[in-house]
Amino acid sequence: MSLVVPSWQVETRNKTSAPFGLAAVATVLLAFAVPLLVSRGVVQDLFFILTMLVLAQNWNLLAGYAGLISVGQQAFVGFGAYAMFACVILFGADPLVAVLIAGVLSMLLAIPTAFFTFRLQGPYFAIGTWVIAEVVRLLLAQWKALGGGTGTSLPREATRDMIGVGLMRDLFGMKASAAGDALTYWIALILMVLTVGFVYGLLRSKQGLGLAAVRDNEQAARAVGVNARRMKAFVYLAASFITGIAGALIYVQKARISPDAAFSVTDWTAYVIFIVVIGGIGTVEGPIVGVILFFFLQNLLAGYGSWYLLMLGLIGILVMLFAPRGLWGLFSDRTGIQLFPVRRLLRGGSLNRAHKGVPHG
Amino acid sequence: MNWLDTILQGVLLGGLYALFAAGLSLVFGIMRLVNLAHGDLIVLAAFVILALVTTLGVSPIVGALIAAPLMFAAGWALQYFVLNRTLGKDMLPPLLVTFGLSIVIQNGLLEGFSADSRRVSAGSLESASIALGPVNAGIMPLMTFLSAVAVIVCLNQLIYRTAVGRAFRATSDDPATAGLMGIRPQRIFALATGLAMVVVTIAALYLATRANFEPTSGPARLIYAFEAVIVGGLGSLWGTLVGGVILGIAQTVGAAINPEWQILTGHLAFLLVLLFKPRGLFPRAVD
Amino acid sequence: MALIETKGLKAFYGDFQALFGVDIAVDAGETVAIIGANGAGKTTLMRSISGVLANEPGAIVHNNAPIGALPAPDVLARGIAMVPEGRKLFPSLTVEENLLVGAYGRKAQGQWTLERLYALFPVLKERRKSPAMALSGGQQQMVAISRALMSNPSVLLCDEISLGLAPAIVRAIYAAFPSIRASGASIVIVEQDIGQALKVADRVYCMMEGRITLSGRASELGRDEIHKAYFGAERHELA
Repeated sequence: MSLVVPSWQVETRNKTSAPFGLAAVATVLLAFAVPLLVSRGVVQDLFFILTMLVLAQNWNLLAGYAGLISVGQQAFVGFGAYAMFACVILFGADPLVAVLIAGVLSMLLAIPTAFFTFRLQGPYFAIGTWVIAEVVRLLLAQWKALGGGTGTSLPREATRDMIGVGLMRDLFGMKASAAGDALTYWIALILMVLTVGFVYGLLRSKQGLGLAAVRDNEQAARAVGVNARRMKAFVYLAASFITGIAGALIYVQKARISPDAAFSVTDWTAYVIFIVVIGGIGTVEGPIVGVILFFFLQNLLAGYGSWYLLMLGLIGILVMLFAPRGLWGLFSDRTGIQLFPVRRLLRGGSLNRAHKGVPHG
Repeated sequence: MNWLDTILQGVLLGGLYALFAAGLSLVFGIMRLVNLAHGDLIVLAAFVILALVTTLGVSPIVGALIAAPLMFAAGWALQYFVLNRTLGKDMLPPLLVTFGLSIVIQNGLLEGFSADSRRVSAGSLESASIALGPVNAGIMPLMTFLSAVAVIVCLNQLIYRTAVGRAFRATSDDPATAGLMGIRPQRIFALATGLAMVVVTIAALYLATRANFEPTSGPARLIYAFEAVIVGGLGSLWGTLVGGVILGIAQTVGAAINPEWQILTGHLAFLLVLLFKPRGLFPRAVD
Repeated sequence: MALIETKGLKAFYGDFQALFGVDIAVDAGETVAIIGANGAGKTTLMRSISGVLANEPGAIVHNNAPIGALPAPDVLARGIAMVPEGRKLFPSLTVEENLLVGAYGRKAQGQWTLERLYALFPVLKERRKSPAMALSGGQQQMVAISRALMSNPSVLLCDEISLGLAPAIVRAIYAAFPSIRASGASIVIVEQDIGQALKVADRVYCMMEGRITLSGRASELGRDEIHKAYFGAERHELA
């Protein structure tokens, strides 16, 4: 009897992920052409969806994967926005360069922030992040050069002369304002693709496996050599960097800032949590589903003011109680479909043949 | 400027913060649950008192006496029917559900009472004061502080001297074994949240009569309560009072230097304590 | 008629089945020992009877009433108290508070009071103000037994009370059992120490792999028989 050594392979691919990958690439390519095809209003709506999706992916990475439940991510949205304003107004930087600087500065802010909040255990971490956001808001409200408590606007010429605006005017005959919207939209699109790619790549990496282990059982993960603290700190810094960039970009588009708006718990944390919870926490797909649903709810019901927010809160509570894995979780459980598979499957050898045709081990 | 007066005002303000914090501390101690809607529940109770005072024409204190059993019932039901379902190893569900609740309460109040600032009049008590040595203390701030002390004494008596208090501590230690003693953890949790809501009503009485409040005032109250608990050290109600006093003094001293700095100096004092004493000033020996 | 019995009791932890149709019966005033190796299902049986694990209602019958599905507080209210494996004292409570909390759910008239239990275990009176976890293992076990007795149960379930204790300490604890029997309570003890079990029990059940493999009067069971039931037939006797 000859000995057959089965060749084992660990992979995360499944049968839906390949066609989905092609469709995703096509969608992104199409999305790049959008500003040339549709009205400014639609471009602005899509910009809103893309930036909210970036924020949601980041919050999901923190809460859904690293177990860092923050209700203070508005600290980095607001700080990134203010850093961008400072670079533009005080130093005359180009807004797009300022966006990058804002991301770096946000990450630097995350270092002392983590120093404080990581001292707080469990649920108190959440409120700790909120305190930090309040402190940053109150400090920036003291900065008179940036309008103090009432805020300020970007100078008109700053957005008009932004890198690339002139080129687009010449190329497509766009007005400066439309070119500015298209430009921020494209950057938001790139940022979204990079963020999803980063999150997905991280989850599929060895570090991502460590992260999942930490979330499921921190002590056990430590015992097998996962450095839980370092992993959490890394995720926290990365999320601050991306959140800061997103905040700065949002405010390039808004062009007007005030401490209350830039550090709004409702806009930058409540909405984001709603998106992730309703879509499905702990999945890459969840925030995508969530942001689309959120956008439609926002357009249908935002006119109802407080009733709308009250309803969002109630929906969030009900989903958390009765479908804690969100809409995508329900869908994925029923169909077995995973578009961003992170579960590792062992293939090869006899096991593979035995399990052929059975989706998702 | 009279520093002695500033510090006295800070100490008395600390009583209010300790009242905000006592309910949060009680609930966390028994079921490791942090209720992100705690501040909004205080504001809700303030609006309940306001509604009772304006519709029935009763005094604020009578209003609070009527509101307390209502709030107890609301807290009991909230815990028994909603929050108990979220308790477990994962801390995400309780945090997110109470965060959602915070948004529901804020916007419900906005619909019911508009965004206007409100205040409940305490009549002549508002301006009354008595001399304490070289400084004057307002009667209302003094009553707030004494109420905080009374609440802490009562809660400590309850927790350390009664059968229910033993059941609280036993359940906190080990809910499954507590069940073998005939303790029903679900009911103990509901009772604890109900009690916390009674304390919340007392806090709301002073919130409503001392300063303006509006539907969105809740999150700031939650943050002050949380800072008082962390500064004092988890698990000690007297520590929470000290934490509240430190926060109060920091705020009044900050405000005395520059009125815009009041809230900020409070937060900075909290961060300083966190920096040097990460477990608070009076951490419990065990746990 | 038995005071309490199990009828075809099955128990599961998720997909894992731990008990496969267990039938035991305990008469009023009787002491029954359940012996078996680790993993035989003894503790699962205790957790099922005490209501920690939920079962089919009719799988456990007490005074002719189905109690299999009742939660622990309701089981206690019927007079069935448990000394859990590993003692499970409440660390935040003093010795005396641990005893008092034992009567929280059932304040039945009976012979056991704080004073009577202090008389049974005098060392507990000396240490009554100490935090429960400051006591030695044997003293903690005395607290755990006393805590269960505070509800004046008609059935006392004792899960592995000699585990991890020195033989002299175990003897001191079992010395209290005649008094407990004299109170009229039925006692079910789970033991790995066969000698101790045979000494204290009227009848013995032996469990293996989630089934009862042997039962009989303690005085009539032979060592060989027990060893077979304990370890399985093909194993050789261990010296």
